[in-house]
Amino acid sequence: MKTIFERSRADGPTDIVTGAIDAVRPAAWIEEDLLRGEAPRIPTVSEPVVVRHYTELSKANFGVDDGLYPLGSCTMKYNPKINEVLAELPGFAELHPLVDPSLAQGALRLLAELSEHLAGIAGLPAVSLQPVAGAHGELTGLLLFRRHFEARGETSRTRILLPDSAHGTNPASASVAGFTVDEIPSDDRGMVDVEALRSTLDETVAGIMLTVPNTLGIFEERILEITEAVHAAGGLCYFDGANLNAFLGRARPGDMGADVFHFNLHKTLSTPHGGGGPGAGPIAVAGGLEAYLPVPRIVRVENGFDLEWDRPRSIGSVQSFYGNVLVAVKAFAYLLRLGDDGLREAGEIAVLNANYLQARLKETFQLPYGGLCKHEFVLSAKGLPSEITALDVAKRLIDLGIHPPTVYFPLIVREALMIEPTETETKESLDRFVDAMRQIADEAESDPDLLRSAPHVAPVRRLDQTRAARDPVLTYDLKAPRGT
Amino acid sequence: MRYVPITADDRREMLAAIGRDSVEDLFSDIPLAVRERFHPLGLPSRSESEVASYVKRLAAENEASPLVPFLGGGIYDHYIPSVVSHVISRSEFSTAYTPYQPEISQGTLTAMFEFQTLISELTGMDIANASLYDGATALAEAALMAERVRGRGRVAVARSLFEHLRRVLGTYAWGAGIELIDVPFSSSGRLDPSGLPDDISALIVQTPNALGIVERLDGLKERIGDALLVVSAYPLALGLLEPPGAFGADVVVGEGQSLGLPMAYGGPLLGLFASRREYVRQLPGRIAGRTVDADGAVGYVMAAQTREQHIRRGRATSNICTNSALCALAATVYLASVGGEGLRAIADRNVARAHELADRLVETGRFEPAFGGPFFNEFVLRTSDDPNDLRLRLAGAGLLVAAPDDLTRLGVDRALRIAVTEKRTDEEFDRFVEVVKGGSV
Repeated sequence: MKTIFERSRADGPTDIVTGAIDAVRPAAWIEEDLLRGEAPRIPTVSEPVVVRHYTELSKANFGVDDGLYPLGSCTMKYNPKINEVLAELPGFAELHPLVDPSLAQGALRLLAELSEHLAGIAGLPAVSLQPVAGAHGELTGLLLFRRHFEARGETSRTRILLPDSAHGTNPASASVAGFTVDEIPSDDRGMVDVEALRSTLDETVAGIMLTVPNTLGIFEERILEITEAVHAAGGLCYFDGANLNAFLGRARPGDMGADVFHFNLHKTLSTPHGGGGPGAGPIAVAGGLEAYLPVPRIVRVENGFDLEWDRPRSIGSVQSFYGNVLVAVKAFAYLLRLGDDGLREAGEIAVLNANYLQARLKETFQLPYGGLCKHEFVLSAKGLPSEITALDVAKRLIDLGIHPPTVYFPLIVREALMIEPTETETKESLDRFVDAMRQIADEAESDPDLLRSAPHVAPVRRLDQTRAARDPVLTYDLKAPRGT
Repeated sequence: MRYVPITADDRREMLAAIGRDSVEDLFSDIPLAVRERFHPLGLPSRSESEVASYVKRLAAENEASPLVPFLGGGIYDHYIPSVVSHVISRSEFSTAYTPYQPEISQGTLTAMFEFQTLISELTGMDIANASLYDGATALAEAALMAERVRGRGRVAVARSLFEHLRRVLGTYAWGAGIELIDVPFSSSGRLDPSGLPDDISALIVQTPNALGIVERLDGLKERIGDALLVVSAYPLALGLLEPPGAFGADVVVGEGQSLGLPMAYGGPLLGLFASRREYVRQLPGRIAGRTVDADGAVGYVMAAQTREQHIRRGRATSNICTNSALCALAATVYLASVGGEGLRAIADRNVARAHELADRLVETGRFEPAFGGPFFNEFVLRTSDDPNDLRLRLAGAGLLVAAPDDLTRLGVDRALRIAVTEKRTDEEFDRFVEVVKGGSV
């Protein structure tokens, strides 16, 4: 792929923003030695070149609008277009964060109403919209844990327990929040080994981080026993909400014993993933943790809404202002559009679709943990002929017009293929996926080299990851001769 | 119905394939006690037009949005070329996720590589990552990184940081057990390094700072020994200012909103993070790197992933996963559209217009500069009037300036901070001056 630095250059500076260039001498105001000798070495290209370049790049990408994107744990559902239109309204997009709250009542009402709906979905009383990603919600929640134990003088509680199937962000967030991490093994059905958990619970445990359903797509049948045991030992329960789509409209984390629950608005509530962000990771918390939530809090006051800063027990702030407001607008529009019936339907069909794919693929691929799944399930490429790997399967799916599932995660499954179809696919699309996976299993036998050398019809062939890791080239050399 | 295309016939066929009688059966693994406690929200389903009309009404209730912002404090009302929203609206970019499969993510990855190049060039650093959440968390991550590599438990921080940066830094530092030591500013508004403590992991400075003053970064690196010099910079100002890398900065962070993002009531934003090459294994967040495919063609992949949470888990350099990729794309398109000369012209326009308004306000006799140091596009003036009263009168004339509370907390009384971008017009300046003079508008 060419970069913008290698495209045809234009003469002179553009006039998009400033019109005719003023004869300004900044040295009249700022010491000359603090000023650049030369403008930054960013080439000037004309607008048509910019548009052609980024249009070409976009065609080398694959989004949810392009086809099935069953990336497990990421909930790549359709992103409704009305959400985008509403988030671009100048009333939100052109609102400066430091305006007086009296002049931002519509935005504050939207954020307050969204918070109330999220509290209702979580079954927990208080919500902060400030965290802007799932991992950010995790960190915020764990900092609340710390504040809670500090306030109680229980500073010996430094351990966070995690199932061995946990997302990588869980242990990383625990570390950033100053905790150490201990893994709890899964049992042979893929659920938390409750006896192993009990044996490690003591006064050094701050809490547990659980993903419900877990990353195998399995609902922890003993979830109430687990949270009761942790609470009885004086610990707190963090619920990673990445998999909320599985029980929308049917169950609430607060009723399972969660003390903190994070939402991924970019997963469950349909806001686009943006090629890796921005997302939003609001948290809902039990009443005992509310006093520690980040500032400012959005509060209802007489005649409207306000920002409350005076919260002496708060952990402080985790983001510049009030979270990813435009993402919140999109999630709010989605929630209003669906209502209770739509939420329940979304969860129902997400689970139906996953179970359908699992049922139709379990004869062809190994299914290490069988039975009912929720919104996703994990196959293994182990046992395919010719030692074909999960990576080979993934790359061949690209040839067949399908985004690969998540591979090599969760870590407790060898050659994992983690499949989450979401509720926004047609049955025809699901059947095409089944056909593609069966075709690949056949090709593993008949033409394994076809798989090992895949993809064949992508914008590039299989890329050398090792080279990029060994000798990283992370920037274009602007000193090098550029395109003419 | 709505966004779910599965039909009633499909359902029956699929349940038969699964071997279940009803969809209800699929949820039998959730404990009954949990299911029985469920309460719906009491929220009806609505049509797209009903939702649109309600949310538009809320947008219209934000009375500030049509008013003229002279607000800054880290978020600025800069012009956004139309091409930016056009590009980032392409759903191949917006509806994709993190480029785990590089062969069908070359658009995102190439743009990440361009973004890293542009941010490295602007900041004068060797490398940059592909974005963090915002300028505040980028600064906090820089403090965590400095502590990882130096491990002294203490970080010195300029008092003249924007309040929101200091707040977020404070929270992260508490979590990591890092002590923050305040470094005061002098009467010029610049950092006063005379009492800088030894034995710190980093010194954190912001330029232009919360008082609007452009810092002198030269000499700081020499003063702090092997501690890391971390600079939080306003990227648009770097179109004009010598980059922090030229003064020995080890890490440059910043809020990227000024590069083509709307103010958005403070989010989504764009965290910039650039550093010297020696810290490549310590950087937080995603990084794209150049490689070749099986045919030897150039392509891009996520590089140095062994730093990251999905590989290193509890020993990762950061917990970040989702970042601000689409905002980074916006900044990339912005910079590609204006070019280096264009960026400098925009920065020139900002500095010139800000000085024009500052001069006119001082001429009224109601204001004087609060600090002697030079400023870019934001300045603090002391006023003989009550600043809050003045602020309300300005708002009455459709002009917005920030409440002076954060200045008061910095010990700067009876003052207002005013930001001027290239978008402000002569008519708006006239109106501002009229209100200050107490005339009718």
